[in-house]
Amino acid sequence: MVTELDLKGDVCPYTFVKTKLKLEELEIGEELAVTFDHAPAVENVPRSLKNEGHKILGIEQMGDHLWKVRIRKA
Amino acid sequence: MLGGFSEEQIKRYSRHIILPEVGGKGQKKLLSSKVLCIGAGGLGAPIIEYLAAAGVGRLGIIDDDTVDLSNLQRQVIHGGNVGKPKVESAKQFVNNLNPDIDVRTYSERLNAHNVVDIFKEYDMVVDGSDNFATRYLVNDACVLTDTPLSHGSIYRFEGQVTTIIPHKGPCYRCLFEHAPPPGMVPSCQEAGVLGVLPGIIGLIQATEVVKYLLGIGELLVGRLVYYDALNMTFDEIKMRWNRNCPACGEKPKITSIQEEIYGESCRI
Repeated sequence: MVTELDLKGDVCPYTFVKTKLKLEELEIGEELAVTFDHAPAVENVPRSLKNEGHKILGIEQMGDHLWKVRIRKA
Repeated sequence: MLGGFSEEQIKRYSRHIILPEVGGKGQKKLLSSKVLCIGAGGLGAPIIEYLAAAGVGRLGIIDDDTVDLSNLQRQVIHGGNVGKPKVESAKQFVNNLNPDIDVRTYSERLNAHNVVDIFKEYDMVVDGSDNFATRYLVNDACVLTDTPLSHGSIYRFEGQVTTIIPHKGPCYRCLFEHAPPPGMVPSCQEAGVLGVLPGIIGLIQATEVVKYLLGIGELLVGRLVYYDALNMTFDEIKMRWNRNCPACGEKPKITSIQEEIYGESCRI
């Protein structure tokens, strides 16, 4: 099961803060898919998540200014 | 709401939540913690200021003094409040800084009769008092109620800090069994104090409180940091548990809080 989190309209660092808060609610091994429309978040959030040990499963561009980052909680 | 935080809280505490050692879980621990500050003076001001900013959910503040113009050289939370009770001034400061904090004020002196009941309401006590009678009363009551304590004290250009986790490390009496005789050590009022000094010492105390509440890092248990502002040195004195300590030793003499032990206490 994949949990979805819509962070359209959010900017850094709140994109990471909110992703992190959502991950804290999940169990280890569960998957989270986060949607961003803030371009810097697509680089910053995966980098910060990797630093905390989480796994980035993929980054997809969904539209002109729309990305989806898939994460597995560690 | 995400993880139980409002949008405003996510912003306010974002720099905490980002830290791997804190996160949303740690911030929630802080918000559900209860800390008592003894005194809202030189040490109390930075302690109250930063614990409120950090989001320590309940702050108890005990002080029976009013703000005097001579306090403002170092007591940075009381601006504009000369003549007001310090607890009211402190509460006003905290409410302006962080509305999440539940401030409980005690406009009274800490004494042998009220100390145990008040301490029972809190997870940790921070001592910002300026006299030996209160310091020993706080230490003994913390040992009796098993309440962790941050001790700090200042004198002219020097300060000392330690953290006491009763029965897991030494207490203040393990190092200094009895207070010096009255009149031997001059008070701040007589001796003077560099205004920035309590800021440094109070914030080391606040740091220890936050670490204890989060359960992170190494506390100053069994260690006393001695700070000398003139030479800008931090020395560390090892403190050992004293098996003959009257408060926390093997056969403690102090088994309840008796007024006569603490004698004539001067102002916090």
